Amino acid sequence: MGQIHLSKVTKSFGDVEVIPPLDLQIDEGEFVVFVGPSGCGKSTLLRLIAGLEDVTGGQVMIDGQDATTMPPAKRGLAMVFQSYALYPHMSVRKNIAFPLRMAGLDKAEQDRRVAQAADVLNLTDYLDRRPGQLSGGQRQRVAIGRAIVREPAAFLFDEPLSNLDAALRVGMRLEISELHKRLATTMIYVTHDQVEAMTMADKIVVLQAGVIEQVGSPLELYRSPRNTFVAGFIGSPKMNLLGGTEAAKHDARTIGIRPEHIAISSESGDWEGVVGVSEHLGSDTFFHVNCPAFAEPLTVRASGEIDLKYGAKVFLTPDPAHLHRFDDKGLRLG
Amino acid sequence: MATQHSRSAARLMMAPAVILLLGWMLIPLTMTLYFSFKKYLPLRGGDLGWVGFDNYVRFVSSSSFWPAVATTLIIVGGVLFITLILGVLLALLLDQPMWGQGVVRILVIAPFFVMPTVSGLVWKNMFMDSNNGFLAHLWRAFGAEPVQWLSQASLPSLIMIISWQWLPFATLILLTAIQSLDSEQLEASEMDGANWLNRFGFIILPHLARAITVVVLIQTIFLLSIFAEIFVTTAGAFGTKTLTYLIYQRVLESQNVGLGSAGGVYAIILANIVAIFLMRIVGKNLDA
Amino acid sequence: MARAVTNRRKTINTIAAWTIGLLIFFPILWIIVLSFKSEGDAIKTPLQVLGSAWTLESYFVVQERSDYFKHFFNSVTIAVGSTLLGILIAVPAAWSMAFVPSKRTRDILMWMLSTKMLPAVGVLYPIYLLFIRLGLLDTTFGLVIVLMLINLPIIVWMLYTYFREIPGEILEAARMDGANLRAELLYVLTPMAVPGIASTILLNVILAWNEAFWTLNLTAAKAAPLTAFIASYSSPEGLFYAKLSAASVMAIAPILIMGWFSQKQLVRGLTFGAVK
Repeated sequence: MGQIHLSKVTKSFGDVEVIPPLDLQIDEGEFVVFVGPSGCGKSTLLRLIAGLEDVTGGQVMIDGQDATTMPPAKRGLAMVFQSYALYPHMSVRKNIAFPLRMAGLDKAEQDRRVAQAADVLNLTDYLDRRPGQLSGGQRQRVAIGRAIVREPAAFLFDEPLSNLDAALRVGMRLEISELHKRLATTMIYVTHDQVEAMTMADKIVVLQAGVIEQVGSPLELYRSPRNTFVAGFIGSPKMNLLGGTEAAKHDARTIGIRPEHIAISSESGDWEGVVGVSEHLGSDTFFHVNCPAFAEPLTVRASGEIDLKYGAKVFLTPDPAHLHRFDDKGLRLG
Repeated sequence: MATQHSRSAARLMMAPAVILLLGWMLIPLTMTLYFSFKKYLPLRGGDLGWVGFDNYVRFVSSSSFWPAVATTLIIVGGVLFITLILGVLLALLLDQPMWGQGVVRILVIAPFFVMPTVSGLVWKNMFMDSNNGFLAHLWRAFGAEPVQWLSQASLPSLIMIISWQWLPFATLILLTAIQSLDSEQLEASEMDGANWLNRFGFIILPHLARAITVVVLIQTIFLLSIFAEIFVTTAGAFGTKTLTYLIYQRVLESQNVGLGSAGGVYAIILANIVAIFLMRIVGKNLDA
Repeated sequence: MARAVTNRRKTINTIAAWTIGLLIFFPILWIIVLSFKSEGDAIKTPLQVLGSAWTLESYFVVQERSDYFKHFFNSVTIAVGSTLLGILIAVPAAWSMAFVPSKRTRDILMWMLSTKMLPAVGVLYPIYLLFIRLGLLDTTFGLVIVLMLINLPIIVWMLYTYFREIPGEILEAARMDGANLRAELLYVLTPMAVPGIASTILLNVILAWNEAFWTLNLTAAKAAPLTAFIASYSSPEGLFYAKLSAASVMAIAPILIMGWFSQKQLVRGLTFGAVK
């Protein structure tokens, strides 16, 4: 249960093609994250899988069955929406029981499953409240509860954490990962936040303008981004992408080096520069260094608390083992 | 954005409303058009054949046509003028801090809920009657001769009655619009040195422009077809015959259906001209 | 931010507003007074009227002589019947337009609005004729249909503006939860739209109650609602101020009360959302 296969799926709104032909295989039990900048088509792709939108062309297979024209209710998928989409006029209990009621389960079975879900999600004390009386995190859990009671073939999450504040987001991220480990059900998760993608996914699908730029595990994407877009998108802070003569020295149009793969020294190194703004996080320090050799300032990470004054002269040395090379089309070399 | 499935469901669910309204519009309209080209006198021979544009020409050239147009314009114009000026002033006043604002609002809005026949008759008898009406008593109390309102000053009297009914509507809409004005805008203008008159002229009035337009258009559409107020007060006498009333008389009182229908077509065209402007404004709001 | 207002200014505002408010309300107040007087007293000078004895006599006379309640129930049937029928037809249509909008939605909405602007007198004879042929003249059923049709555009519009405020994601969630269209409308949309549907009903009952073109022209004795009943006082015999006042008070009281509850919705409903 929970295998999804898209083949040659396309979607157009009028004359505008938002998703050119796209193939994707999602395996059973996988946690797949669709990530990309806003407007990249990741939510549309999710809605195509959910059946909330028709595909313009191609085929959607769920567990080996052709689901291309199935209405959403028949696909056996559950979805958690960005706004949670709780029914405001129903209690938490009724919200969670709603899919069971629609499926025509008897009252006793409904109660049993609701109680079970509430227990898993720490909602037992809130079952008789209305969504309006809950905090953001609790609402989120109700939305998840409504999804898990159905025991769906796969869960679909549409930017579920974007309405939460930063602290709560980290907590919910862990809870969802935990839930995935426990249920071992396929989850498809849409986000624009690459940190969420890196921390949660078994498999990341990077999308841009409806096109899959790369599919792979978080570390694959981190280690060998297929092109400059993925290179710049995955990793925080962003990879430094450099052109010009320095790139030419490596037989490339563009070279990329992550901030954590540059050594910084006040005595000697490959590139000379001047320290701009520095950001002290305690565990790490990020320096923005302006080098005359490059148009853009470089971001450099140093471990721990290093104190370099604004305007200080420094030398940078990239780690050649972690240097990424890209050709004139932005594709990875070597 | 939706699926094929929900789109076909949507079409199906829209069908009853669309079909009913289509029928409601097309059937009578076609009949009116049909009759307007006929000499049709139900009580004096019935259908007497096609007459081309004869009815249209006769309706316009009849001696009551131009007076009816004038009466209509005077009533519509007069009521608009009164309700807009008083409406803006009243809305500004009601927006000010005061005690018992809610109650005053209720008092001001009340006339809108009075059915037209009641307001017509109450004004005609209890207020404008020259023997026992309230105004007659008031005039006498000051030693003046009571006015024969609905016969000697028929149009102003009617305008007054109708304005009394529509002032609440104008006030309510303008008040809603004023209350939606961002108070920071007013405070900013105050900081910029604008006095009360400046603030009214440069901030409040432009902000109200849209609401005023809506009031004008909606009232015009309703006022063009004012009927009951005239029906129960003067029954069209004393120069109060509007276009609507004239058509009504042709159709139901003198049973000259062909002639009345031609008049009806004129009325429809007239209303549509106003409607186009109103729809433009409403339509713009749809996109927002 | 609210600013401290001097009490003096507030007092002036209050006096001005109350004076104008009472002046506007006075005709209604006056018929309430007259309705509790005897016919003989009702035509006296205002001061004498106020000083005379109070009585409920007129209310009884109106009911006895002209069967007030028959007309009252006709009004109720016509106003409530036409509104509920309209809601039944309009809810699915408004759902379609609010949640499955297409390129034509806008045009359909505008077209519906345009039917509302058709001057009634332009189609008076055809409707009159159809009513005779179909045996609907002077029946409450006929008026229910006509008033439903003339108010249907407003009902659709109001519901549409209310529905548009309901996030589409909630309905999608219902679809994902396995709800079919009927369940989606019945268990999710309608309960969420209750306040909007209630205001729509309220405003349309008011409009139908006060409608005075078709009710005057399409009824005689049997189906006449209060609008037509009151109009029968336009050519009265003998003294009738107190009776007319009592009948008027009874005719407008229910709607006045409903109207006060629906002030806000009134603006929205009558301007088709163009003024908020």
